[in-house]
Amino acid sequence: MNFENQGVIKRLADQYGPENLTVVLGNGEANGVEVFAETVTEGDPSYAGPLAGVALKIPVYHVLEEEVLSEVPNPLREEKLQLSSLVIDVESMHQVLQAARDKI
Amino acid sequence: MQKGKKIIAIGERDGVPGPVIAECLEGAGYEVVFQVTECFV
Repeated sequence: MNFENQGVIKRLADQYGPENLTVVLGNGEANGVEVFAETVTEGDPSYAGPLAGVALKIPVYHVLEEEVLSEVPNPLREEKLQLSSLVIDVESMHQVLQAARDKI
Repeated sequence: MQKGKKIIAIGERDGVPGPVIAECLEGAGYEVVFQVTECFV
């Protein structure tokens, strides 16, 4: 996750409290999802960004996971997410993200 | 997902972009406090 976005997330966590936030990703491939999840739960694994050493423990989901999809109204889901759900393999991301959420 | 949480939407250009995530979550009744689309090249 780039440093600018890490900085924004840190500021939002200060403003609202990390316990009141949820991160929703839209990655197209599983590659990188684990780093995103670790950054907002345990801190920046590269130890270089604003979230280095900052364990915010914010739950993180992918927008195509059933936990999120089931909450999106049907017409919106069909119009905006149906195509993506055909080409993005969310199952491998679900396993990584579920494991990250279980650690919180 | 827990209702009432504020959403940080981090989309991807080659996946689902931030504005789409935000629109879907707002439609589900969540407040989106930040949305961005990251680009990996």
